[in-house]
Amino acid sequence: MIRSTHLPLIITLATFVLAFALCGYAYPSMLSTRVVANLLTDNAFLGIAAVGMTFVILSGGIDLSIGSVIAFTGVFLAVILRETSIHPLMAFALVLVITTAFGGAMGALIHYLEMPPFIVTLAGMFLARGAAYVLSTESVPITHEFYDVLQDLYWKAPSGGRFRLIGGVMVLTFLVGIIVAHRTRFGQNVYALGGGQQAARLMGVPLASTTIGIYAISGGLAGLSGIVFSLYTSAGYSLATVGVELDAIAAVVIGGTLLTGGYGFVAGTFFGILIMGLIQTYIVFDGTLSSWWTKIVIGGLLFAFILLQKGLTWATQARQRTVTGSAAPS
Amino acid sequence: MLMPGPKSSVLSRITPQLIILGVALLLNVIVLPDFFHIDFRNGRMFGNLIDVLNRGAPVALLAIGMTLVIATRGIDLSVGAVMAISGAVAASMVVDGHGWGTALLAALATGGLCGMWNGVLVAVLRIQPIVATLVLMVAGRGIAQLITEGKILTFMNEGLIHLGAGTIAGVPTPILIWIVLGVLMMLAVRRTALGMLIESIGINERSSRLAGINSRVLLICVYLVSGFCAALAGVIVAADIKGADANNAGLWLELDAILAVVIGGNSLLGGRFSILASLIGALIIQSVNSVILLSGLPPEFNLVIKALLILAILVIQSPRISYLLYMLRATEPRQDPGQSKPKEEAAQ
Repeated sequence: MIRSTHLPLIITLATFVLAFALCGYAYPSMLSTRVVANLLTDNAFLGIAAVGMTFVILSGGIDLSIGSVIAFTGVFLAVILRETSIHPLMAFALVLVITTAFGGAMGALIHYLEMPPFIVTLAGMFLARGAAYVLSTESVPITHEFYDVLQDLYWKAPSGGRFRLIGGVMVLTFLVGIIVAHRTRFGQNVYALGGGQQAARLMGVPLASTTIGIYAISGGLAGLSGIVFSLYTSAGYSLATVGVELDAIAAVVIGGTLLTGGYGFVAGTFFGILIMGLIQTYIVFDGTLSSWWTKIVIGGLLFAFILLQKGLTWATQARQRTVTGSAAPS
Repeated sequence: MLMPGPKSSVLSRITPQLIILGVALLLNVIVLPDFFHIDFRNGRMFGNLIDVLNRGAPVALLAIGMTLVIATRGIDLSVGAVMAISGAVAASMVVDGHGWGTALLAALATGGLCGMWNGVLVAVLRIQPIVATLVLMVAGRGIAQLITEGKILTFMNEGLIHLGAGTIAGVPTPILIWIVLGVLMMLAVRRTALGMLIESIGINERSSRLAGINSRVLLICVYLVSGFCAALAGVIVAADIKGADANNAGLWLELDAILAVVIGGNSLLGGRFSILASLIGALIIQSVNSVILLSGLPPEFNLVIKALLILAILVIQSPRISYLLYMLRATEPRQDPGQSKPKEEAAQ
């Protein structure tokens, strides 16, 4: 029997398969490895950031700063590669340290000041975006030969699809994310924290280090996402990736993770990303639909999945009530 | 949390905000000595102070609705998108040849409808406010694009433009609109029991429902008011530029509105609120913007300064810091250490 805990994930998967089948039915050429490869490449930066967001949402929090952190990373890399002669790999390491520390600092504020994550990461969003503006308000091109080397790395599938490095980085991030979430003590702590702070504290979950760790991961992955985005666009622009945090949240929710925390799968987010990418690809293929339909369809999907979550929660509560025989409201 | 006992007067409640506003205005004066100078030319008031009041209108309007929403322990992320939708509705109505009155009413009705949608999601379907309003925030701009058909819809309707760029008795209309709406709303919540009922929902919704408050209807109304305020702000912004820009109208203003409410000393955890303080908060934001603009400091610093402002307020508002301060002040620390905990438990 299918366990109800897996139901959201199964529904996400079914939605993806159905959507892909519909796309293939309407436009048979969409069923090519070329489209699949592009799906991975075009959504790589969003996917990587969404892994971090999954951890944050699993813990019952929210991180509004990732879009700004991605933009900051891009501008930082572009400026540092233009002004100095350090190797891009050094710059990558440097920026990852900065963004991870930035996320960790937000986590510390959330934990020690006992403030809602929403408002703390809002401040982080302003700060990172402001820092990007201060570095440069113009789009700075990146022209380093190492970038060309990285951009030319791809594996060509027999039928013509090019699986590029950044798509691979995203898939790898998801795999590591799945292992960390489901196979490590830290992952269990994240779920426990999302299930309820008081209960987690009583169970002996180290609240401070877990909270700081979660936001550090989110910040660090946003930094990695920024690196990938700079590889994708070959430039750093402080106005780029505005609103990516919302796309990431939408992907996590469509992926079946409960927004109240404690419930969900990193793998679900992967399919959430693919569904959103598929909608965009379909609109490109159709050609007559305007691009703003993307937002409306994603909004509608978001709504549908939130309703689904609510329905499942109600059903579980109703069953618990009949099992325990008590009429105590939740 | 910041506020003293319930018996203290309105003035002492808003003193911190007034001090911050004073400092911000003082900085303006330092940068530009004749900041307070107001000219009267062509039957219209001119001056930097008037500009602050005028440019602050959208955020001030949003802050009115947002204060009520936050007082119920909620949040409304969709106000920016609702601004874009209602601006688009107003613009497309006048472009289709309707009068400005009809267009305004249609825009306000649209905003109310959007608010009601949020309210139903929060109050009836019991979805957390951040998530419930996120749906409209994501989809809203798409809807606005649909109405304007992807263009920036420009119009030349005198009546509608008057709302954003005109004057009444020499005072720019937006200033009058937000002040009148603010006063009306303050009277509505403080001269009746409405404000108290809203606060009780924010403090503990279950117990207020058990006490006989119809929290469902009240919650829907609060989100409806927020949508209505957003619609008004959207019309003003559209009228100001004589066009509806679905992409940029009200972009990130939801964050400014939340910031205004937080600067106003209202706790994000719900409960006691002051619309007056939020309005002063909106003016503080606008004054800070004005300092940055007048001082010739690159506008890039705007966001950094805002971020530092939020951080400072967070530290002041933090339950743990206020508890520490309380312990420092108390001569006999016999307070139960779980003082700030009940609210957290209520959230579980």
